[in-house]
Amino acid sequence: MNLRRLLIVIVPYAWLVGLFLIPFLIILKISLSDTAIAIPPYTPTLDLSAGWAGIKEFFSELDLENYYFLWTDSLYWKSFVSSITIATISTFLTLLVGFPIAYAMARAPSAWRPTLMMLVILPFWTSFLIRVYSWMGILSTNGFLNNFLMWTGLIDSPFHILNTPTAVYIGIVYTYLPFMILPIYSTLEKMDISLLEAAEDLGCTSRSAFWLVTVPLARYGIIAGCFLVFIPVNGEFVIPSLLGGSRINMIGKVLWDEFFNNRDWPVASAVAIILLLILVVPIVLFQRVQQKQEEATV
Amino acid sequence: MNRPLSWFNITSLTLGFTFLYLPMVILIIYSFNASKLVTVWAGFSTKWYVRLLHDEQFLDAAWVTLKVAVCSSTLATILGTMAAYALVRMRRFPGRTLFSGMVYAPLVMPDVIIGLSLLLLFIAIGLDRGVFTIVLAHTTFAMCYVAIVVSSRLTSFDESLEEAALDLGCTPFDAFKSVTLPIIAPAVISGWLLSFTLSLDDLVIASFVTGPSSTTLPIKIFSSIRLGVNPEINALSTIMIGLVTVGVLVASLVSRNTIAKREREELEANLAPVTEPAMASVTEGVVRDEEIEDARASGARG
Repeated sequence: MNLRRLLIVIVPYAWLVGLFLIPFLIILKISLSDTAIAIPPYTPTLDLSAGWAGIKEFFSELDLENYYFLWTDSLYWKSFVSSITIATISTFLTLLVGFPIAYAMARAPSAWRPTLMMLVILPFWTSFLIRVYSWMGILSTNGFLNNFLMWTGLIDSPFHILNTPTAVYIGIVYTYLPFMILPIYSTLEKMDISLLEAAEDLGCTSRSAFWLVTVPLARYGIIAGCFLVFIPVNGEFVIPSLLGGSRINMIGKVLWDEFFNNRDWPVASAVAIILLLILVVPIVLFQRVQQKQEEATV
Repeated sequence: MNRPLSWFNITSLTLGFTFLYLPMVILIIYSFNASKLVTVWAGFSTKWYVRLLHDEQFLDAAWVTLKVAVCSSTLATILGTMAAYALVRMRRFPGRTLFSGMVYAPLVMPDVIIGLSLLLLFIAIGLDRGVFTIVLAHTTFAMCYVAIVVSSRLTSFDESLEEAALDLGCTPFDAFKSVTLPIIAPAVISGWLLSFTLSLDDLVIASFVTGPSSTTLPIKIFSSIRLGVNPEINALSTIMIGLVTVGVLVASLVSRNTIAKREREELEANLAPVTEPAMASVTEGVVRDEEIEDARASGARG
Protein backbone atom coordinates (compact mmCIF):
# COMPACT_ATOMS: atom_id res chain seq x y z
CA MET A 1 0.00 0.00 0.00
CA ASN A 2 1.62 3.25 -1.05
CA LEU A 3 1.57 6.49 0.86
CA ARG A 4 -1.34 8.04 -1.00
CA ARG A 5 -3.65 5.09 -0.45
CA LEU A 6 -2.58 5.05 3.17
CA LEU A 7 -3.55 8.71 3.55
CA ILE A 8 -7.00 8.09 2.07
CA VAL A 9 -7.70 5.62 4.87
CA ILE A 10 -5.88 7.33 7.69
CA VAL A 11 -7.41 10.81 7.49
CA PRO A 12 -11.10 9.84 7.82
CA TYR A 13 -10.17 7.00 10.18
CA ALA A 14 -8.33 9.35 12.53
CA TRP A 15 -11.15 11.88 12.33
CA LEU A 16 -13.77 9.31 13.35
CA VAL A 17 -11.60 7.86 16.11
CA GLY A 18 -10.97 11.33 17.51
CA LEU A 19 -14.46 12.76 17.18
CA PHE A 20 -16.67 9.71 17.49
CA LEU A 21 -14.98 6.83 19.28
CA ILE A 22 -13.04 8.75 21.92
CA PRO A 23 -16.00 11.02 22.85
CA PHE A 24 -18.05 7.89 23.26
CA LEU A 25 -15.47 6.36 25.60
CA ILE A 26 -15.49 9.62 27.56
CA ILE A 27 -19.26 9.32 28.06
CA LEU A 28 -18.79 5.74 29.25
CA LYS A 29 -16.10 6.81 31.69
CA ILE A 30 -18.06 9.76 33.09
CA SER A 31 -21.14 7.60 33.53
CA LEU A 32 -19.04 5.49 35.93
CA SER A 33 -17.69 8.50 37.83
CA ASP A 34 -19.06 10.35 40.84
CA THR A 35 -20.82 13.70 40.73
CA ALA A 36 -18.80 16.49 42.30
CA ILE A 37 -19.19 20.20 42.85
CA ALA A 38 -16.15 21.19 40.81
CA ILE A 39 -15.11 22.02 37.27
CA PRO A 40 -15.53 19.63 35.54
CA PRO A 41 -18.33 18.45 37.81
CA TYR A 42 -17.24 14.85 38.26
CA THR A 43 -14.41 12.81 39.83
CA PRO A 44 -12.04 11.10 39.33
CA THR A 45 -10.15 12.67 36.46
CA LEU A 46 -7.47 10.61 34.83
CA ASP A 47 -4.04 11.83 35.94
CA LEU A 48 -1.44 10.21 33.72
CA SER A 49 1.47 11.91 35.48
CA ALA A 50 0.98 9.61 38.48
CA GLY A 51 1.94 6.64 36.30
CA TRP A 52 0.57 3.15 36.73
CA ALA A 53 -0.60 3.82 40.30
CA GLY A 54 -2.66 6.75 39.06
CA ILE A 55 -4.30 4.59 36.38
CA LYS A 56 -5.06 1.88 38.94
CA GLU A 57 -6.59 4.38 41.32
CA PHE A 58 -8.60 5.87 38.48
CA PHE A 59 -10.18 2.51 37.66
CA SER A 60 -10.82 1.61 41.27
CA GLU A 61 -12.94 4.73 41.72
CA LEU A 62 -15.28 3.93 38.87
CA ASP A 63 -18.53 2.24 39.86
CA LEU A 64 -22.09 1.63 38.76
CA GLU A 65 -23.58 4.06 41.29
CA ASN A 66 -25.21 6.27 38.63
CA TYR A 67 -26.87 3.29 36.99
CA TYR A 68 -28.15 2.18 40.38
CA PHE A 69 -29.52 5.70 40.88
CA LEU A 70 -31.35 5.52 37.53
CA TRP A 71 -32.82 2.20 38.59
CA THR A 72 -34.08 3.45 41.98
CA ASP A 73 -35.47 6.83 40.88
CA SER A 74 -38.79 6.18 39.16
CA LEU A 75 -38.48 9.37 37.04
CA TYR A 76 -35.84 7.72 34.88
CA TRP A 77 -37.23 4.30 34.24
CA LYS A 78 -40.68 5.81 33.74
CA SER A 79 -39.30 8.08 31.05
CA PHE A 80 -37.53 5.13 29.41
CA VAL A 81 -40.81 3.21 29.42
CA SER A 82 -42.73 6.21 28.09
CA SER A 83 -40.16 6.77 25.30
CA ILE A 84 -40.45 3.18 24.16
CA THR A 85 -44.25 3.25 24.42
CA ILE A 86 -44.55 6.50 22.48
CA ALA A 87 -42.09 5.23 19.87
CA THR A 88 -44.01 1.96 19.45
CA ILE A 89 -47.46 3.55 19.18
CA SER A 90 -46.30 6.31 16.86
CA THR A 91 -44.48 3.81 14.61
CA PHE A 92 -47.76 1.91 14.28
CA LEU A 93 -49.71 5.13 13.58
CA THR A 94 -47.14 6.25 10.99
CA LEU A 95 -47.47 2.87 9.26
CA LEU A 96 -51.25 3.24 9.29
CA VAL A 97 -51.07 6.67 7.66
CA GLY A 98 -48.06 6.00 5.44
CA PHE A 99 -49.00 2.66 3.88
CA PRO A 100 -52.11 3.85 2.00
CA ILE A 101 -50.15 6.83 0.64
CA ALA A 102 -47.24 4.64 -0.51
CA TYR A 103 -49.71 2.15 -1.98
CA ALA A 104 -51.60 4.80 -3.93
CA MET A 105 -48.31 6.31 -5.17
CA ALA A 106 -47.17 2.93 -6.48
CA ARG A 107 -50.52 2.47 -8.28
CA ALA A 108 -50.57 5.98 -9.74
CA PRO A 109 -49.85 6.46 -13.46
CA SER A 110 -46.09 6.26 -13.99
CA ALA A 111 -46.03 9.82 -15.36
CA TRP A 112 -47.15 11.15 -11.97
CA ARG A 113 -44.70 9.18 -9.89
CA PRO A 114 -41.61 11.43 -10.07
CA THR A 115 -43.76 14.40 -9.04
CA LEU A 116 -45.37 12.46 -6.20
CA MET A 117 -41.92 11.33 -5.04
CA MET A 118 -40.70 14.91 -5.06
CA LEU A 119 -43.76 15.99 -3.05
CA VAL A 120 -42.91 13.40 -0.39
CA ILE A 121 -39.22 14.33 -0.28
CA LEU A 122 -39.69 18.12 -0.25
CA PRO A 123 -40.80 18.35 3.41
CA PHE A 124 -37.77 16.24 4.28
CA TRP A 125 -35.48 19.03 3.04
CA THR A 126 -37.36 21.70 4.99
CA SER A 127 -36.31 22.37 8.55
CA PHE A 128 -37.50 19.76 11.04
CA LEU A 129 -37.89 22.47 13.65
CA ILE A 130 -40.20 24.50 11.41
CA ARG A 131 -42.34 21.48 10.61
CA VAL A 132 -42.85 20.78 14.32
CA TYR A 133 -43.43 24.47 14.99
CA SER A 134 -46.16 24.67 12.33
CA TRP A 135 -48.32 22.41 14.51
CA MET A 136 -48.04 24.67 17.54
CA GLY A 137 -50.21 27.30 15.87
CA ILE A 138 -52.69 24.69 14.68
CA LEU A 139 -53.14 22.74 17.90
CA SER A 140 -53.09 25.48 20.55
CA THR A 141 -56.27 26.21 22.48
CA ASN A 142 -57.08 29.30 20.41
CA GLY A 143 -55.36 27.80 17.38
CA PHE A 144 -56.43 27.15 13.84
CA LEU A 145 -58.00 23.72 14.44
CA ASN A 146 -60.11 24.82 17.40
CA ASN A 147 -61.19 28.01 15.65
CA PHE A 148 -62.21 26.00 12.62
CA LEU A 149 -64.15 23.40 14.61
CA MET A 150 -65.96 26.08 16.64
CA TRP A 151 -66.77 27.99 13.44
CA THR A 152 -68.37 24.90 11.93
CA GLY A 153 -70.33 24.44 15.13
CA LEU A 154 -69.04 20.92 15.76
CA ILE A 155 -67.75 21.86 19.23
CA ASP A 156 -68.72 24.58 21.69
CA SER A 157 -65.53 24.90 23.71
CA PRO A 158 -61.97 24.42 22.49
CA PHE A 159 -60.12 21.11 22.84
CA HIS A 160 -56.87 20.96 24.73
CA ILE A 161 -54.58 19.19 22.29
CA LEU A 162 -51.29 21.05 22.59
CA ASN A 163 -49.18 19.75 25.51
CA THR A 164 -50.88 16.33 25.51
CA PRO A 165 -49.68 12.95 24.20
CA THR A 166 -52.01 13.38 21.20
CA ALA A 167 -50.03 16.42 20.05
CA VAL A 168 -46.78 14.43 20.37
CA TYR A 169 -48.23 11.61 18.25
CA ILE A 170 -49.43 14.05 15.59
CA GLY A 171 -46.00 15.70 15.54
CA ILE A 172 -44.15 12.39 15.19
CA VAL A 173 -46.43 10.99 12.48
CA TYR A 174 -46.16 14.26 10.57
CA THR A 175 -42.38 14.62 10.67
CA TYR A 176 -41.46 10.95 10.23
CA LEU A 177 -44.02 10.14 7.50
CA PRO A 178 -41.53 10.36 4.58
CA PHE A 179 -39.28 7.78 6.30
CA MET A 180 -42.21 5.35 6.28
CA ILE A 181 -43.56 6.15 2.81
CA LEU A 182 -40.30 5.93 0.83
CA PRO A 183 -39.15 2.37 1.69
CA ILE A 184 -42.69 0.96 1.35
CA TYR A 185 -43.19 2.76 -1.95
CA SER A 186 -39.91 1.44 -3.34
CA THR A 187 -40.92 -2.19 -2.64
CA LEU A 188 -44.50 -1.74 -3.88
CA GLU A 189 -43.35 -0.03 -7.05
CA LYS A 190 -41.24 -3.05 -8.05
CA MET A 191 -44.16 -5.41 -7.50
CA ASP A 192 -45.55 -7.17 -10.52
CA ILE A 193 -49.27 -6.34 -10.85
CA SER A 194 -49.93 -9.56 -12.76
CA LEU A 195 -49.33 -11.45 -9.51
CA LEU A 196 -52.50 -9.84 -8.16
CA GLU A 197 -54.40 -10.76 -11.32
CA ALA A 198 -53.13 -14.33 -10.98
CA ALA A 199 -54.31 -14.45 -7.37
CA GLU A 200 -57.73 -13.17 -8.39
CA ASP A 201 -57.94 -15.68 -11.25
CA LEU A 202 -57.21 -18.40 -8.76
CA GLY A 203 -60.19 -17.33 -6.68
CA CYS A 204 -58.85 -14.75 -4.23
CA THR A 205 -61.06 -11.80 -3.44
CA SER A 206 -59.20 -8.54 -3.95
CA ARG A 207 -59.09 -8.09 -0.18
CA SER A 208 -57.46 -11.46 0.46
CA ALA A 209 -55.12 -10.92 -2.50
CA PHE A 210 -54.00 -7.75 -0.76
CA TRP A 211 -53.18 -9.58 2.49
CA LEU A 212 -51.75 -12.70 0.83
CA VAL A 213 -49.76 -11.12 -2.02
CA THR A 214 -49.20 -7.37 -1.64
CA VAL A 215 -48.39 -7.18 2.08
CA PRO A 216 -45.91 -10.12 2.10
CA LEU A 217 -44.14 -8.67 -0.94
CA ALA A 218 -43.89 -5.28 0.75
CA ARG A 219 -42.68 -6.69 4.06
CA TYR A 220 -39.08 -5.52 3.76
CA GLY A 221 -40.24 -2.00 3.01
CA ILE A 222 -42.67 -2.09 5.93
CA ILE A 223 -40.03 -3.40 8.33
CA ALA A 224 -37.42 -0.89 7.15
CA GLY A 225 -39.92 1.98 7.47
CA CYS A 226 -40.87 0.91 11.00
CA PHE A 227 -37.24 0.80 12.14
CA LEU A 228 -36.49 4.15 10.49
CA VAL A 229 -39.27 5.68 12.60
CA PHE A 230 -38.86 3.67 15.82
CA ILE A 231 -35.09 4.11 16.32
CA PRO A 232 -34.78 7.91 16.11
CA VAL A 233 -38.10 8.62 17.88
CA ASN A 234 -36.70 7.04 21.05
CA GLY A 235 -34.08 9.76 21.32
CA GLU A 236 -36.41 12.55 20.17
CA PHE A 237 -36.02 15.87 21.95
CA VAL A 238 -37.65 18.61 19.84
CA ILE A 239 -41.14 17.12 19.47
CA PRO A 240 -41.80 16.35 23.16
CA SER A 241 -40.40 19.72 24.24
CA LEU A 242 -42.45 21.79 21.80
CA LEU A 243 -45.68 19.81 21.58
CA GLY A 244 -45.68 17.66 24.72
CA GLY A 245 -45.48 20.21 27.50
CA SER A 246 -44.01 19.40 30.88
CA ARG A 247 -45.91 16.19 31.54
CA ILE A 248 -44.45 14.14 28.69
CA ASN A 249 -41.03 12.85 29.67
CA MET A 250 -39.16 11.24 26.85
CA ILE A 251 -35.62 10.13 27.45
CA GLY A 252 -33.97 12.62 25.09
CA LYS A 253 -35.61 15.43 27.03
CA VAL A 254 -34.58 13.94 30.40
CA LEU A 255 -30.97 13.75 29.21
CA TRP A 256 -31.13 17.36 28.06
CA ASP A 257 -32.59 18.60 31.36
CA GLU A 258 -30.16 16.53 33.41
CA PHE A 259 -27.26 18.08 31.56
CA PHE A 260 -28.34 21.68 31.06
CA ASN A 261 -30.59 22.28 34.08
CA ASN A 262 -29.26 19.96 36.79
CA ARG A 263 -25.65 20.01 35.56
CA ASP A 264 -25.37 16.37 36.57
CA TRP A 265 -22.96 15.08 33.93
CA PRO A 266 -22.45 11.56 35.30
CA VAL A 267 -26.20 10.89 35.41
CA ALA A 268 -26.72 12.41 31.94
CA SER A 269 -23.94 10.14 30.63
CA ALA A 270 -25.49 7.08 32.24
CA VAL A 271 -28.86 7.98 30.65
CA ALA A 272 -27.10 8.22 27.26
CA ILE A 273 -25.44 4.82 27.70
CA ILE A 274 -28.72 3.12 28.62
CA LEU A 275 -30.53 4.76 25.70
CA LEU A 276 -27.82 3.36 23.44
CA LEU A 277 -28.14 -0.13 24.97
CA ILE A 278 -31.90 -0.03 24.33
CA LEU A 279 -31.34 0.99 20.71
CA VAL A 280 -28.60 -1.58 19.98
CA VAL A 281 -31.15 -4.38 19.52
CA PRO A 282 -33.35 -2.60 16.92
CA ILE A 283 -30.26 -1.19 15.17
CA VAL A 284 -28.70 -4.65 14.74
CA LEU A 285 -32.05 -6.10 13.62
CA PHE A 286 -32.45 -3.26 11.14
CA GLN A 287 -29.04 -3.88 9.59
CA ARG A 288 -29.83 -7.57 9.19
CA VAL A 289 -33.12 -6.75 7.45
CA GLN A 290 -31.27 -4.35 5.13
CA GLN A 291 -28.76 -7.07 4.25
CA LYS A 292 -31.51 -9.60 3.56
CA GLN A 293 -33.27 -7.10 1.35
CA GLU A 294 -30.08 -6.44 -0.60
CA GLU A 295 -29.55 -10.17 -1.07
CA ALA A 296 -33.16 -10.53 -2.21
CA THR A 297 -32.83 -7.84 -4.87
CA VAL A 298 -29.54 -9.12 -6.28
CA MET B 1 -50.01 -0.94 -16.29
CA ASN B 2 -51.59 2.52 -16.16
CA ARG B 3 -54.92 1.49 -14.74
CA PRO B 4 -57.09 4.33 -13.48
CA LEU B 5 -56.73 4.98 -9.78
CA SER B 6 -59.45 3.62 -7.53
CA TRP B 7 -61.41 6.01 -5.32
CA PHE B 8 -59.64 4.62 -2.31
CA ASN B 9 -56.24 5.47 -3.77
CA ILE B 10 -57.31 8.95 -4.85
CA THR B 11 -58.65 9.62 -1.36
CA SER B 12 -55.45 8.45 0.33
CA LEU B 13 -53.30 10.59 -1.96
CA THR B 14 -55.47 13.67 -1.41
CA LEU B 15 -55.68 13.25 2.37
CA GLY B 16 -52.01 12.30 2.64
CA PHE B 17 -50.67 15.28 0.76
CA THR B 18 -53.12 17.63 2.47
CA PHE B 19 -51.76 16.38 5.79
CA LEU B 20 -48.17 16.90 4.62
CA TYR B 21 -48.68 20.38 3.20
CA LEU B 22 -51.59 22.07 5.01
CA PRO B 23 -49.59 22.94 8.18
CA MET B 24 -46.93 24.66 6.10
CA VAL B 25 -49.51 26.48 3.98
CA ILE B 26 -51.22 27.76 7.13
CA LEU B 27 -47.85 28.86 8.49
CA ILE B 28 -47.12 30.78 5.30
CA ILE B 29 -50.55 32.44 5.19
CA TYR B 30 -50.34 33.56 8.81
CA SER B 31 -46.87 35.01 8.29
CA PHE B 32 -48.67 37.79 6.35
CA ASN B 33 -51.08 38.42 9.19
CA ALA B 34 -51.15 41.98 10.54
CA SER B 35 -52.17 40.90 14.04
CA LYS B 36 -49.68 39.93 16.68
CA LEU B 37 -52.16 37.28 17.83
CA VAL B 38 -51.01 34.71 15.36
CA THR B 39 -54.30 32.88 15.13
CA VAL B 40 -56.62 35.83 14.51
CA TRP B 41 -56.60 37.18 10.96
CA ALA B 42 -56.38 40.98 10.91
CA GLY B 43 -55.55 41.78 7.31
CA PHE B 44 -52.54 41.44 5.03
CA SER B 45 -49.23 42.86 6.12
CA THR B 46 -45.54 42.29 5.53
CA LYS B 47 -44.46 43.99 8.74
CA TRP B 48 -43.06 40.79 10.30
CA TYR B 49 -40.71 40.42 7.35
CA VAL B 50 -39.56 44.01 7.74
CA ARG B 51 -39.06 43.54 11.45
CA LEU B 52 -37.19 40.27 10.85
CA LEU B 53 -34.80 41.89 8.39
CA HIS B 54 -33.97 44.56 10.96
CA ASP B 55 -33.47 42.09 13.78
CA GLU B 56 -29.69 42.05 14.35
CA GLN B 57 -29.84 38.88 16.43
CA PHE B 58 -31.55 36.90 13.67
CA LEU B 59 -29.23 38.22 11.00
CA ASP B 60 -26.19 37.32 13.11
CA ALA B 61 -27.55 33.84 13.76
CA ALA B 62 -28.27 33.38 10.05
CA TRP B 63 -24.72 34.39 9.20
CA VAL B 64 -23.20 32.01 11.77
CA THR B 65 -25.42 29.18 10.49
CA LEU B 66 -24.40 29.80 6.90
CA LYS B 67 -20.68 29.88 7.76
CA VAL B 68 -20.97 26.64 9.73
CA ALA B 69 -22.97 24.94 6.99
CA VAL B 70 -20.59 25.87 4.17
CA CYS B 71 -17.44 24.90 6.10
CA SER B 72 -18.77 21.69 7.59
CA SER B 73 -20.42 20.41 4.41
CA THR B 74 -17.27 21.03 2.37
CA LEU B 75 -15.06 19.29 4.94
CA ALA B 76 -17.60 16.48 5.27
CA THR B 77 -17.73 15.97 1.52
CA ILE B 78 -13.93 15.61 1.30
CA LEU B 79 -13.65 13.31 4.31
CA GLY B 80 -16.76 11.33 3.39
CA THR B 81 -15.58 10.75 -0.18
CA MET B 82 -12.23 9.54 1.15
CA ALA B 83 -13.99 7.23 3.60
CA ALA B 84 -16.22 5.85 0.83
CA TYR B 85 -13.20 5.26 -1.39
CA ALA B 86 -11.41 3.45 1.44
CA LEU B 87 -14.46 1.30 2.18
CA VAL B 88 -15.23 0.33 -1.40
CA ARG B 89 -11.80 0.17 -3.04
CA MET B 90 -9.62 -1.14 -0.21
CA ARG B 91 -10.94 -4.47 0.90
CA ARG B 92 -8.29 -5.12 3.49
CA PHE B 93 -6.62 -2.89 5.98
CA PRO B 94 -6.14 -3.23 9.73
CA GLY B 95 -9.24 -2.18 11.66
CA ARG B 96 -11.55 -2.13 8.65
CA THR B 97 -14.50 -3.50 10.66
CA LEU B 98 -14.13 -0.79 13.27
CA PHE B 99 -13.89 1.79 10.49
CA SER B 100 -17.07 0.70 8.72
CA GLY B 101 -18.82 0.49 12.09
CA MET B 102 -17.83 4.07 12.84
CA VAL B 103 -19.10 5.21 9.44
CA TYR B 104 -22.52 3.62 9.92
CA ALA B 105 -23.05 4.27 13.63
CA PRO B 106 -23.62 8.05 13.58
CA LEU B 107 -26.50 7.57 11.14
CA VAL B 108 -28.60 5.87 13.80
CA MET B 109 -27.10 7.43 16.90
CA PRO B 110 -29.54 9.82 18.64
CA ASP B 111 -28.51 13.49 18.36
CA VAL B 112 -28.51 13.96 22.11
CA ILE B 113 -25.78 11.32 22.50
CA ILE B 114 -23.58 12.72 19.71
CA GLY B 115 -23.96 16.22 21.13
CA LEU B 116 -23.24 15.22 24.71
CA SER B 117 -20.22 13.07 23.81
CA LEU B 118 -18.62 15.77 21.65
CA LEU B 119 -19.17 18.43 24.29
CA LEU B 120 -17.49 16.25 26.90
CA LEU B 121 -14.55 15.76 24.51
CA PHE B 122 -14.19 19.48 23.82
CA ILE B 123 -14.22 20.20 27.55
CA ALA B 124 -11.73 17.41 28.26
CA ILE B 125 -9.20 18.80 25.79
CA GLY B 126 -9.94 22.39 26.75
CA LEU B 127 -11.14 23.60 23.35
CA ASP B 128 -12.98 26.95 23.34
CA ARG B 129 -16.53 26.39 22.19
CA GLY B 130 -17.97 28.37 19.28
CA VAL B 131 -18.25 28.27 15.50
CA PHE B 132 -15.19 26.03 15.24
CA THR B 133 -16.55 23.30 17.52
CA ILE B 134 -19.93 23.32 15.73
CA VAL B 135 -18.09 22.86 12.42
CA LEU B 136 -16.16 19.90 13.88
CA ALA B 137 -19.36 18.31 15.20
CA HIS B 138 -21.37 18.79 12.01
CA THR B 139 -18.52 17.52 9.85
CA THR B 140 -18.34 14.35 11.93
CA PHE B 141 -21.91 13.23 11.46
CA ALA B 142 -22.36 14.65 7.94
CA MET B 143 -19.26 12.87 6.57
CA CYS B 144 -20.96 9.56 7.36
CA TYR B 145 -23.97 10.50 5.23
CA VAL B 146 -21.63 11.54 2.40
CA ALA B 147 -19.71 8.26 2.74
CA ILE B 148 -22.93 6.24 2.37
CA VAL B 149 -24.17 8.21 -0.65
CA VAL B 150 -20.79 8.14 -2.44
CA SER B 151 -20.01 4.50 -1.64
CA SER B 152 -23.26 3.32 -3.22
CA ARG B 153 -22.23 5.12 -6.40
CA LEU B 154 -18.66 3.75 -6.22
CA THR B 155 -19.93 0.17 -5.82
CA SER B 156 -22.06 0.48 -8.92
CA PHE B 157 -19.24 1.46 -11.27
CA ASP B 158 -16.70 -0.78 -12.89
CA GLU B 159 -13.29 -0.76 -11.22
CA SER B 160 -11.63 -1.92 -14.44
CA LEU B 161 -12.15 1.60 -15.85
CA GLU B 162 -9.67 2.90 -13.30
CA GLU B 163 -7.31 0.04 -14.06
CA ALA B 164 -7.55 0.78 -17.78
CA ALA B 165 -6.59 4.39 -17.15
CA LEU B 166 -3.64 3.24 -15.04
CA ASP B 167 -2.55 0.79 -17.74
CA LEU B 168 -2.68 3.57 -20.29
CA GLY B 169 -0.17 5.55 -18.26
CA CYS B 170 -2.28 7.72 -15.99
CA THR B 171 -0.88 8.41 -12.56
CA PRO B 172 -3.27 7.26 -9.79
CA PHE B 173 -4.19 10.88 -9.12
CA ASP B 174 -4.90 11.55 -12.83
CA ALA B 175 -6.97 8.38 -13.00
CA PHE B 176 -8.99 9.54 -10.02
CA LYS B 177 -9.39 13.05 -11.43
CA SER B 178 -10.34 12.13 -14.98
CA VAL B 179 -12.13 8.79 -14.55
CA THR B 180 -13.44 8.29 -11.03
CA LEU B 181 -14.37 11.83 -10.07
CA PRO B 182 -16.58 12.60 -13.11
CA ILE B 183 -18.51 9.39 -12.52
CA ILE B 184 -19.08 9.85 -8.80
CA ALA B 185 -19.62 13.63 -9.14
CA PRO B 186 -23.44 13.48 -8.88
CA ALA B 187 -23.16 11.51 -5.64
CA VAL B 188 -20.52 13.89 -4.30
CA ILE B 189 -22.73 16.88 -5.10
CA SER B 190 -25.79 15.35 -3.49
CA GLY B 191 -23.64 14.44 -0.50
CA TRP B 192 -22.62 18.07 -0.17
CA LEU B 193 -26.23 19.25 -0.43
CA LEU B 194 -27.32 16.69 2.14
CA SER B 195 -24.60 17.78 4.58
CA PHE B 196 -25.49 21.41 4.01
CA THR B 197 -29.16 20.80 4.84
CA LEU B 198 -28.31 18.62 7.84
CA SER B 199 -26.10 21.40 9.18
CA LEU B 200 -28.73 24.12 8.60
CA ASP B 201 -31.30 21.95 10.33
CA ASP B 202 -29.44 20.83 13.40
CA LEU B 203 -30.62 22.11 16.76
CA VAL B 204 -29.61 19.47 19.29
CA ILE B 205 -25.93 18.89 18.50
CA ALA B 206 -25.25 22.60 17.98
CA SER B 207 -26.89 23.44 21.32
CA PHE B 208 -24.52 21.08 23.11
CA VAL B 209 -21.28 22.11 21.46
CA THR B 210 -21.79 25.86 20.99
CA GLY B 211 -20.31 28.55 23.19
CA PRO B 212 -22.06 31.59 24.62
CA SER B 213 -21.09 33.88 21.74
CA SER B 214 -22.21 31.87 18.72
CA THR B 215 -25.90 31.18 18.27
CA THR B 216 -27.11 29.36 15.17
CA LEU B 217 -30.50 29.98 13.58
CA PRO B 218 -32.14 26.77 14.90
CA ILE B 219 -30.98 27.61 18.44
CA LYS B 220 -32.40 31.13 18.08
CA ILE B 221 -35.68 29.81 16.63
CA PHE B 222 -36.02 27.21 19.36
CA SER B 223 -35.50 29.69 22.16
CA SER B 224 -38.10 32.07 20.73
CA ILE B 225 -40.80 29.48 20.03
CA ARG B 226 -40.40 27.61 23.28
CA LEU B 227 -42.95 29.90 24.88
CA GLY B 228 -45.40 29.92 22.00
CA VAL B 229 -46.12 30.97 18.46
CA ASN B 230 -44.27 34.07 17.25
CA PRO B 231 -45.14 35.93 14.01
CA GLU B 232 -41.51 36.79 13.23
CA ILE B 233 -40.70 33.08 13.23
CA ASN B 234 -43.60 32.51 10.82
CA ALA B 235 -42.00 35.00 8.45
CA LEU B 236 -38.59 33.38 8.85
CA SER B 237 -40.10 29.92 8.25
CA THR B 238 -41.79 31.16 5.10
CA ILE B 239 -38.48 32.46 3.77
CA MET B 240 -36.75 29.16 4.57
CA ILE B 241 -39.53 27.04 3.04
CA GLY B 242 -39.41 29.24 -0.07
CA LEU B 243 -35.65 28.86 -0.46
CA VAL B 244 -35.80 25.09 -0.06
CA THR B 245 -38.67 24.75 -2.52
CA VAL B 246 -36.86 26.80 -5.16
CA GLY B 247 -33.65 24.83 -4.53
CA VAL B 248 -35.32 21.43 -4.88
CA LEU B 249 -37.26 22.50 -7.99
CA VAL B 250 -34.11 23.82 -9.68
CA ALA B 251 -32.14 20.69 -8.74
CA SER B 252 -34.81 18.39 -10.13
CA LEU B 253 -35.14 20.41 -13.35
CA VAL B 254 -31.36 20.36 -13.84
CA SER B 255 -31.16 16.61 -13.26
CA ARG B 256 -34.07 16.02 -15.66
CA ASN B 257 -32.30 18.09 -18.30
CA THR B 258 -29.08 16.17 -17.76
CA ILE B 259 -30.90 12.87 -18.22
CA ALA B 260 -32.61 14.17 -21.37
CA LYS B 261 -29.24 15.34 -22.70
CA ARG B 262 -27.68 11.97 -22.00
CA GLU B 263 -30.53 10.21 -23.75
CA ARG B 264 -29.99 12.42 -26.77
CA GLU B 265 -26.30 11.57 -26.72
CA GLU B 266 -27.13 7.91 -26.45
CA LEU B 267 -29.36 8.19 -29.50
CA GLU B 268 -26.62 9.92 -31.48
CA ALA B 269 -24.06 7.39 -30.32
CA ASN B 270 -26.32 4.56 -31.50
CA LEU B 271 -26.98 6.20 -34.86
CA ALA B 272 -23.39 6.98 -35.67
CA PRO B 273 -21.06 4.54 -33.98
CA VAL B 274 -18.74 4.40 -36.99
CA THR B 275 -18.30 8.12 -37.48
CA GLU B 276 -17.27 8.54 -33.86
CA PRO B 277 -13.79 10.08 -34.13
CA ALA B 278 -11.34 7.27 -33.67
CA MET B 279 -8.84 9.72 -32.27
CA ALA B 280 -10.94 10.42 -29.19
CA SER B 281 -9.06 9.55 -26.08
CA VAL B 282 -9.79 6.08 -24.79
CA THR B 283 -10.65 7.23 -21.32
CA GLU B 284 -13.23 9.67 -22.59
CA GLY B 285 -14.88 7.04 -24.72
CA VAL B 286 -15.08 4.66 -21.80
CA VAL B 287 -16.55 7.32 -19.56
CA ARG B 288 -19.15 8.20 -22.14
CA ASP B 289 -20.22 4.56 -22.36
CA GLU B 290 -20.54 4.39 -18.62
CA GLU B 291 -22.67 7.55 -18.62
CA ILE B 292 -24.91 6.12 -21.29
CA GLU B 293 -25.38 2.98 -19.21
CA ASP B 294 -26.32 5.28 -16.42
CA ALA B 295 -28.77 7.28 -18.47
CA ARG B 296 -30.32 4.01 -19.57
CA ALA B 297 -30.62 2.90 -15.97
CA SER B 298 -32.13 6.16 -14.81
CA GLY B 299 -34.37 6.27 -17.85
CA ALA B 300 -35.67 2.83 -16.91
CA ARG B 301 -36.17 3.96 -13.34
CA GLY B 302 -37.97 7.19 -14.25
